[in-house]
Amino acid sequence: MQAYLEISKVGIEFNTESGKFRALQDVNLKIEQGEFISLIGHSGCGKSTVLNILAGLYEATEGGIILDGKEVNAPSPDRAVVFQNHALLPWLSVYENVELAVKQVFKGHKTRAEMREWIDYNLALVHIAHAKDKRPHEISGGMKQRVGIARCLAMQPKVLLMDEPFGALDALTRAHLQNSLMEIHADLGTTVVMITHDVDEAVLLSDRIVMMSNGPAATVGEILPVTLPRPRDRLALAEDPDFVHTRQQVLQFLYDKHKFTGAVAA
Amino acid sequence: MSTLTLNPDLSDVGEEAMTDQIDSTQTKPADQEPTALAPWRYSAWSIPMAAQRSLRGASLSVVGIMLFMLLWQATANSIDTSLGKFPGPIQVFSQAQNMVEEYDREQQRRVDFFARQQVRNDELLRNDPSAEVRIRPYTGRPTFLNQIATSLMTVAFGFALAMLVAIPLGIVCGLSETIYNATNPLIQLFKPVSPLAWLPLVTMLVSALYVSDDPMFEKSFVTSAITVALCCLWPTVINTTVGVASVDKDLINVSRVICLPTHVHIRKIVLPSAIPLIFTGMRLSLATGWMVLIAAEMLAQNPGLGKFIWDEFQNGSSDSLSRIMVAVIVIGFIGLILDRLMLTLQRYLSWDKQTVLR
Repeated sequence: MQAYLEISKVGIEFNTESGKFRALQDVNLKIEQGEFISLIGHSGCGKSTVLNILAGLYEATEGGIILDGKEVNAPSPDRAVVFQNHALLPWLSVYENVELAVKQVFKGHKTRAEMREWIDYNLALVHIAHAKDKRPHEISGGMKQRVGIARCLAMQPKVLLMDEPFGALDALTRAHLQNSLMEIHADLGTTVVMITHDVDEAVLLSDRIVMMSNGPAATVGEILPVTLPRPRDRLALAEDPDFVHTRQQVLQFLYDKHKFTGAVAA
Repeated sequence: MSTLTLNPDLSDVGEEAMTDQIDSTQTKPADQEPTALAPWRYSAWSIPMAAQRSLRGASLSVVGIMLFMLLWQATANSIDTSLGKFPGPIQVFSQAQNMVEEYDREQQRRVDFFARQQVRNDELLRNDPSAEVRIRPYTGRPTFLNQIATSLMTVAFGFALAMLVAIPLGIVCGLSETIYNATNPLIQLFKPVSPLAWLPLVTMLVSALYVSDDPMFEKSFVTSAITVALCCLWPTVINTTVGVASVDKDLINVSRVICLPTHVHIRKIVLPSAIPLIFTGMRLSLATGWMVLIAAEMLAQNPGLGKFIWDEFQNGSSDSLSRIMVAVIVIGFIGLILDRLMLTLQRYLSWDKQTVLR
């Protein structure tokens, strides 16, 4: 049976000055609708490349991706991307940043009033409605990332792609945003593929953790299902043996099976 | 030309200003405390820092100008030319007043001329209602102020013409590497060409192609304006190209994911990002255009400030040197004002009101 999102035999080669560089080789992954998947691995292992291929921003050299029965070969609002550094347009207000996407995606489907309502709804969903007339430089990093998420959710994507969305935030802000993301995922049932460096984050949020081997020619090393019941409470989980065990397994993979080269944020 | 070296500076300033802004909002309460505890620090007997600094700056520029004037007066008196002593600031200043009066006199003469003509025509009509009345144009010689107006008109027209071509061309070159590669050699080839090299060609082309019984503009005006346009195209083309090509990669990816159509992409993402560099280019262009115009008017004897200077030089009266000096200073001032105008326009159009523009 065909999965909702299926990555099959994807490989990619980049032309660099010192010849061809093979970044990914034979990446296979099947994702069900509503699943929350984390991609974890060492820096430079090609996690972002997988995400960019999923987004349609890069073209795979071989293999392909099928989403909901259709081949992925170009960027589309179906696969909205939350970028690490929020990528908001600094010259537009919070509201206008979301509006830019909504106007394009729902052109001809929603009336002006419906669009306004939809934008307000999405801003409220990420708890940012009070700052909707502010410019990005007037709000904190965490709030910017909330807007980035709102912009993506407002496109009603089939898959939400997140490229280290909380990597640049402090621990407290990150915890807040993780909670928001868990709520949203529970409410909307969005399919999410998230890149992260943070083992706790991966265990807390995911249904499955995809661990990537080191590059060059990186591929999927191991897939670890996280069976912790939802809703998950980070405080209660901290001493939960299942949580600790899962966390242990991820760390084991990152440290043992591959040459450990640098510090992994744990 | 420092077109390219200017770029990183400007964008850096923008980013710093943005992060500064965030920091300052976060640390505000801490900053305010000492003020609240120790108001005497900012009380009447000490002037606030910012005011102090700008006062210092202003007084330093006054001192600089005074020193320059003194030096000028001192050296000018010891230089003898075939047209008498080189004029010092005092002679130049009185000559400037004289030139304004000249303009007033000439205006009066013009008014008188039309009044006389009116009286004569009225009289003719009274004697013979069917008489054919002719209204002759006034043909007095243009004064210094008229020449300034002509030059300003010409540079404005030429600059506008150049921008109409340069900005779209720059955007296209910045967006498409193919078009950039195709046009770049041509841009690099024509960029260093002196205006005076273009002038004869432009003159001939204008006389051959701009033929009409009732021309909207004079040929000399069109020639000067096109020469200006040809020379001030390049800084804007190059800076716009660089500005458009260096739009943040993430923002371009956002646009691709949303699937923005090209015209929305340009309007909402490319133009706001590139506006600081477009304006850098436009300011360089306007300065180039103004310089080129004076030279072109001199060589082609087209009406304007350049012609004024050349005429005075050929005239060779004892006043000529101070009149030329007045023109030189006025040219400088106008250049300065044009640049300030562009800055004001940039401040008005730019989304980022925090950046310090210089």
